[in-house]
Amino acid sequence: MIIQALTWLIPLPPLLAFALIALLTSHYRDVSHWLALIGAGLSWLASMVVFFWAVFTPGLSQISPAFQVPWLPLGGDWLMIGVQVDQLTAVSLFFVAWTVLMIFIYSVGYHNYGQPEGDRDKPGLPPFGTLFRFKRGERKMVASVEPMYSRFFAFISLFAFGMYTLVVSDNLLTLYIGWEIMGLCSYLLIGFWYARESARNAAVKAFMTTRFGDMFMLLGLVVLYSVTGSLNYKDVFSPTVIKLLTASASPLLGLSWAGLIGLLLFMGTVGKSAQFPLHVWLPDAMEGPTPVSAMIHAATMVSAGVYLVIRFFPLISAGWLPGAPINLTMTVMAAIGAFTALFAATIALTQNDIKRVLAYSTISQLGYMIAALGVGAYVAATFHLVMHAFFKALLFLGSGSVIHGIEHGVMHTNEHVDAQDMFNMGGLRHKMPLTFWTFLIGGFALSGFPLITAGFWSKDSILAGAFSSGYWWVFIVLALAALLTAFYTMRLITLIFLGQPRTKAAEHAHESRPVMTVPLAILAFFAVAGGWVGIPANFPLLGGLLPDWFKQFVGGMLVGGEAAEGHSLVPLLTSLVVALGGLLLGWWVYHKQMAGDPDPMQRALGGFYTVLKRKYYIDEFYNWAFIKPAYWLADTLVYKLIDLKILDGILHAIGRFGPWFGRILRGWFDLPVINGAGDMIATGTRRLGADLKPVQSGRIQQYMLIALMVLVVVFFIFYYFFVLA
Amino acid sequence: MIPLSWYLIFAAALFCVGLFGVLTRKNLIAILMGIELMLNAVNINLLAFWRYLYAPQMSGQVFVIIVFTAAAAETAVALSLIISVYRRRNTVVANDVDLLKG
Amino acid sequence: MTPMQIFFLVTAALTLFAAGMVVTANKLMHSALWLVVALFGVAVTFALLDASFFAVVQVLVYIGAIAILVIFAVMLTHRMMNDTISQMNKGWWLPLVGALLLFMGLSAAAVSFQGAQTLLPVLPAGGENLPSLGQGLVASNGYVIPFEVASVLLLAALVGAIYLGMEEDGGRKIL
Repeated sequence: MIIQALTWLIPLPPLLAFALIALLTSHYRDVSHWLALIGAGLSWLASMVVFFWAVFTPGLSQISPAFQVPWLPLGGDWLMIGVQVDQLTAVSLFFVAWTVLMIFIYSVGYHNYGQPEGDRDKPGLPPFGTLFRFKRGERKMVASVEPMYSRFFAFISLFAFGMYTLVVSDNLLTLYIGWEIMGLCSYLLIGFWYARESARNAAVKAFMTTRFGDMFMLLGLVVLYSVTGSLNYKDVFSPTVIKLLTASASPLLGLSWAGLIGLLLFMGTVGKSAQFPLHVWLPDAMEGPTPVSAMIHAATMVSAGVYLVIRFFPLISAGWLPGAPINLTMTVMAAIGAFTALFAATIALTQNDIKRVLAYSTISQLGYMIAALGVGAYVAATFHLVMHAFFKALLFLGSGSVIHGIEHGVMHTNEHVDAQDMFNMGGLRHKMPLTFWTFLIGGFALSGFPLITAGFWSKDSILAGAFSSGYWWVFIVLALAALLTAFYTMRLITLIFLGQPRTKAAEHAHESRPVMTVPLAILAFFAVAGGWVGIPANFPLLGGLLPDWFKQFVGGMLVGGEAAEGHSLVPLLTSLVVALGGLLLGWWVYHKQMAGDPDPMQRALGGFYTVLKRKYYIDEFYNWAFIKPAYWLADTLVYKLIDLKILDGILHAIGRFGPWFGRILRGWFDLPVINGAGDMIATGTRRLGADLKPVQSGRIQQYMLIALMVLVVVFFIFYYFFVLA
Repeated sequence: MIPLSWYLIFAAALFCVGLFGVLTRKNLIAILMGIELMLNAVNINLLAFWRYLYAPQMSGQVFVIIVFTAAAAETAVALSLIISVYRRRNTVVANDVDLLKG
Repeated sequence: MTPMQIFFLVTAALTLFAAGMVVTANKLMHSALWLVVALFGVAVTFALLDASFFAVVQVLVYIGAIAILVIFAVMLTHRMMNDTISQMNKGWWLPLVGALLLFMGLSAAAVSFQGAQTLLPVLPAGGENLPSLGQGLVASNGYVIPFEVASVLLLAALVGAIYLGMEEDGGRKIL
């Protein structure tokens, strides 16, 4: 029970850090980053404890979720939320904790903590750098500290909270909450340098696109609840419920309820994990600082989409047994995943910005995982998820280090080059050795360099799974994508690190500080060693030396089992060929690239180069098909026509009616009747008084006469009524 | 012989004549004379009642003495007032003394 | 008609005639002199009522003092009045009507009340008892208080008349 208490506490330290930084310490940079680091560190510690406990606990999936609290009152019932630890949660906690902590540490250096404040720096823009007078007396431009330093740490702490919540939750609602918190933080962090218009647009684009996917996910959540009456995994994945959902048909397309729900949830993943057609936000999201790209768009947030699909695999694969044909939802997933993998890889061939290349690489790798899930290679997909998080985070952080180095060179040489363009780099292996070696390891992992990199093992297992599932087209597409992946990765490495520097800025680059390079080293370690926990048993020579712990651990989760592992050597040979071949090809094409030379791909692809460079013109298409009509609707129809003309017109009419009516009342009622009555009383009284005034003439004889008259009258009245009566 | 009512009627007539004079005459002194007539009518009334109904007692007579006294005092003051008014306003016409005119 | 009745009627007629002249005479002096006649007639009526003391007092006080005072006042102010024009106010008929109505009412009351027809009772021995009147005026169980109050009234009238009659002479009042 202590462990389960700990699980519940895992998301909280970053949340606390966020609150404290946002409310109290935003002026103090060191306090802020220490709060964030301590928050991330505590979560890391708790995650490690939980992970090791989970690893060494047999019968893990039988343990009930802990800390269920009634949260939402719904009708007569309560929606329970809580935390649970199962195998998927444990491995997710492992990679999330490590990558988050490494990225947090790296951010301290990335945002130039310890550097002087820039005199031209404004919050909302990246730091310019400042002229600093060294003790020796010379004045040089140095990097300046990020003006919005504390804000960054607040946001990434909030983000960490969201991811941890998603991972430890035992029901779809809190998963969705964590999902949306991460979406919010993604928006905030992509638009971190908000004074830049491109960053603002990218943030809105990311939010809108993922929101579109999330809309369907919410629909799936609602359908799930309304059909089963619960959102808890334990309830929803119980065999009876799964059977029920598979058997009954939904009103849509002849899908079973399980299939429909799975499809809807998958749409959320399409948005969040940037699959086609909702992939358009991820490349633009590179506007954010590099740690953001590493964390959100490589290691954690986009992994959340895949996590969702893995978590709901029982639902998605309901009715499917290994060896049988895959159902509609899985087919959709496989198709989209495979297509995205190839599609993104082709675009990555032509991009010049380091981070763009890595972004498309991420899209492509996520496609791999989705495709693997689509054909039922569940364990392989999970394995690749974990490994990909490590080496992609490593690659992004490494690219951040490279960019910092080039910017340093830019500041020294006053040469205004784009610090992110690969064609401005070259030969950095001498200037930045640590970055070079770690980046190399990461790149090789991405390409699937045999045996020593984790990427090889995970990619190989996916290819094996795809092959043995019998779906040839998936296998071929994924293999092709692997070839391209290796090619563009080597292109990346060659252009940046090998050869000769192509610009003066590149010549003046230097290695980054240890606070940035140590996390690189740690992640590199995982990128190498991580794969060794998943060596399949039937691997030639090495299989069986180390137990396939991962398969045993994660595979034990699934009730139905996954695709049977084939014993063919075809996938293995294919992955060797594509990996080594791609790497070699990439090096060969680019190792002689000189400054000013055009990209050889232009010659190779011809006209198609522009199509790829412009990302198949999808952004332009979306703009024409969706953005412009939406804008027209909002601006012309709703704003100008309905809001201004009709609604404001009604209001103005009412506004005009009021005074008009008031004038009528005043002229016809208020003045004549009410004022008139008042005036009449006054003038009437005065007139009465004036008319009665002559009675008082001052002549006493008149007074006496009147008295006499009255006396006579009274006398007669008295006489008649009393005396005669 | 003479019934009481004759005296009373006589006194009433004298009173009304005096009243008429008070209400009608312009001159202040003429008004005063009318008042004197009214007072005398009152005296006649009193003595008539005394003589016919209450002769053994002298309360009627005392009353008459009081009336006499009051009439004399009143005449003195009234004449003094008239003189004063005459000195200030140079008039003895009752209608000209209308300071209370509202 | 006894002689007393005739005598009474003549006296009454004379008095009323004189009173009528008082209120209608144009000349004020005539009016004052007619007043003397009327007062004399009233004195005679007093005598008829066996109130001889009052008859004498009437002549002395009313005619001798008050009427004379009135004549003085008339002579002091006669320059102000134009004696030829009518001395009656405009609209003198209304008071006439009122007076007539009042007379009718009073007469009716006088005739109809109980005891109106009593005849002259016999005086007790000694006739009009003047000493008892004098005694009654000053007796403590008599009418001493009205008597004293009347004296005070006279005093007040005296003082008042003097004060009212003072002339102002440059801020001071002189007699």
